[in-house]
Amino acid sequence: MTIMTKQHVVTFVAKQGILIAFVLFMVGFAIANQRFIAMDNILGVVRSSAIIGVMALGVTFVVIGGNLDLSVGSMMSFSTIVVLDLHDKVGPAMAIPIMFALTLLLGAFIGFLVGYLKLNSLIVTLGMLSAIHGLTLTWSGGQNMDIADKSGTWFSFFGQDRLLGIPVPILVFGLLAVVLSLLLSKTAFGRQVYAVGGNGQAATFSGIPRARIVFLTYLVSSFCVATAGLLQASRSLGSQNTVGQGLELTVLAAVILGGASLLGGSGTVFKTVIGVLILGFIQNGLLLVGLDFYVQYMVTWAIIILAVWLDVAAKRGRLWSPIA
Amino acid sequence: MTDPKPVLRLRDIVKTFPGVRALDGVSFDVRAGEVHALMGENGAGKSTLMKVLGGVLAPNEGQIFIGEDPVVMTSPKQAKAMGVMFIHQELSLADELSVAENIFLGELPLKSFGRVDWDKLYADTDRILETLNVGFDAKTRVGDLSIANQQMVEIGRALTVDPRAVIFDEPTASLTDAEKVVLFNVIADLQARGVGIIYISHRMEEIFKITDRISVLRDGQYSGTLNTAETNEDEVTQLMIGRSLDLSRNASHHQMGNVALEVRGLSCGRLFEDVSFDVRQGEVLGFYGLVGAGRTEIAETIFGLRTPSAGQILLNGQEVQITSPIDAIKLGISLVPEDRKDQGLVLGMNCKDNMSLPQVGRLTKGPFVSQGAEIAIFDKYRDKLDIRTPGWRQAVGNLSGGNQQKIVIGKWLSMQPEVLIVDEPTRGIDVGSKSEIHNLIRDLAAQGFAVIVISSEMPEVLHVSDRIVAMFAGRVMREFTSEEVTEDNLIQAISGIKEQGPAGHAAASHGIGQDKALT
Repeated sequence: MTIMTKQHVVTFVAKQGILIAFVLFMVGFAIANQRFIAMDNILGVVRSSAIIGVMALGVTFVVIGGNLDLSVGSMMSFSTIVVLDLHDKVGPAMAIPIMFALTLLLGAFIGFLVGYLKLNSLIVTLGMLSAIHGLTLTWSGGQNMDIADKSGTWFSFFGQDRLLGIPVPILVFGLLAVVLSLLLSKTAFGRQVYAVGGNGQAATFSGIPRARIVFLTYLVSSFCVATAGLLQASRSLGSQNTVGQGLELTVLAAVILGGASLLGGSGTVFKTVIGVLILGFIQNGLLLVGLDFYVQYMVTWAIIILAVWLDVAAKRGRLWSPIA
Repeated sequence: MTDPKPVLRLRDIVKTFPGVRALDGVSFDVRAGEVHALMGENGAGKSTLMKVLGGVLAPNEGQIFIGEDPVVMTSPKQAKAMGVMFIHQELSLADELSVAENIFLGELPLKSFGRVDWDKLYADTDRILETLNVGFDAKTRVGDLSIANQQMVEIGRALTVDPRAVIFDEPTASLTDAEKVVLFNVIADLQARGVGIIYISHRMEEIFKITDRISVLRDGQYSGTLNTAETNEDEVTQLMIGRSLDLSRNASHHQMGNVALEVRGLSCGRLFEDVSFDVRQGEVLGFYGLVGAGRTEIAETIFGLRTPSAGQILLNGQEVQITSPIDAIKLGISLVPEDRKDQGLVLGMNCKDNMSLPQVGRLTKGPFVSQGAEIAIFDKYRDKLDIRTPGWRQAVGNLSGGNQQKIVIGKWLSMQPEVLIVDEPTRGIDVGSKSEIHNLIRDLAAQGFAVIVISSEMPEVLHVSDRIVAMFAGRVMREFTSEEVTEDNLIQAISGIKEQGPAGHAAASHGIGQDKALT
């Protein structure tokens, strides 16, 4: 029974492939550059991954529910610009809740289109990527947005301060990860998200309100985007209109790397966090070993494709197969 | 008649997977011009054996002979080149392409510069279609064909080469009786041309009608070959499961309760019209009819998945409005759907989560789902329904068809419904599980549930029902008590033939509608 057949080995390698590759990368980077495993570098990586991470948490819900969200990058720019603009107009205490409300409204709109009108999520969120960008530019008049008095506001707390020695963005990311992990794995709502993404028809036959569940996944996603926008705005206290541009792909990459299936129904918050960290450390490592920043775009996507391949290989027990 | 030479022989085939001997020394041969049934319960090794034969899986031991020559099958393409053709259970056709393109997919006749030789393609295809005697032509879009005709296209694929052996895997699963006749004619044709046929099916009736010999697998082992003419269903069943299956009539002897569900004049567009019936507590009401007669649609309407265009639904004498499954569930109606993989289960989810799915919102402790309550439900119905699974963590996709079906039934029983509707309770599951599910349905009625069973298998309907509603083209033709029903009058009713004998009350009260359906 305990003999490892070739199929066992393939399945094991494929299942744990991403972790194995990750460990190999880390060891390689650590040998190449001692700084890689220094505490301040590690904290730095987690901290800079926090914004991507927070968005990835929300997209995890959408993806498990069987849909996509390509609008998160564009929506994050919107949140950032809005909260910065309102900061000087109504004060940070009012700016933050208004920004959250507006972002949730966008999420609700997408959720309505995808959930209740049953439109294809790829098309809807691709369209919203562009539409929200237009909305952001209209709001800002195309100008960069800056807080007038950068040193005199407590607003910088979320992006720049530390609590108990840990950067606040990491705490926010960690706290949100725990809360959303509980929501997804322990509540009835979470279970219903898995059911709707795993087999929507069976969910309907089980009396699950499919449209409402999909709608709610987009609300969760937009809440996360608003949080990410807050962290971003608070960190830089000023921003371009395009601050979140392209992040939707990085976020999606982290979610897939974590092992969520794009077909829906599988994935966990914890795995997404792992995916986020893998991406963060690999990008950091590439920089530290002296590779050009632009190389990370290529390497990241090579890793994603490897991850998807290994996932498929694990399911069929061999690396290559003539039949599906 | 001299014993015809085998076209195909398998000798001592062994195939192991980690932890399992899926095939344990199976030998099997097919003669030219015979129809050879391959039977066995789900998991007995039929599919594995066919995959070995088709070059999809490599055997660990054993030898395949085609004619007299030993061969090693390395790919499906090679199997085809050797004249071994498969007609798959699940159709693998491209809906958007024409019949001709589908039949010659991957080997379209070409002219110079890689251009398709359409004239030759259509001519070749029409020649094949002629032998199949079908009513469509080479240019028809496959997506526009009925399932039965799509199956014909699939068979047409097998005829592009000169086949020596053709394997049919559950070919009649979605065919009506009339369509089956056409299929059987095609099989007879192939037989007359000296092709060896392997016919995989669970349906005894067909097996006895068209096959010459029957080979049976049990738990990966070869358990015997019988001459069809010299055996009977009992003997085959015993080879398959080691005991026989009881399909005797089985009307209830216990007292029936009040009318639990009554349907009056229910219509839904053109799917079904003016349907009336009732079912009492403790009663099993069977629905029998051809595919497309409107039975499933009635169930879906009662369950809130379709909106009726007319009529009333009454539960315990009270008229109710059901606009969604959520309403139906609240009112105590459960539906075990027709298609367990698409409608009944989330295959990637574990057993426990699937079973508690409709009530997961109620099983909470504080904000969270109570895993203890879920496991309690799972354990209860695992014991009650004898579900065989290593544990609740198992993904239902890994269970056998029979156990999957029991999970779906358990899921709906755990809702403690007033009315349980079961659509095709034993579709695609093996003989042993079938009889367990039949007993279960009888038991549920004895416990006072009102049960509606929709089935396309006549022995099943006759076996489990106290009363039977016969449907044809969206209308109730007649309602039978278990005393009046015979196979003959039931077949007549579902074929739309107006019967002469004493009418059941449904037919009597809807006599006018019945006439309309026939004109």
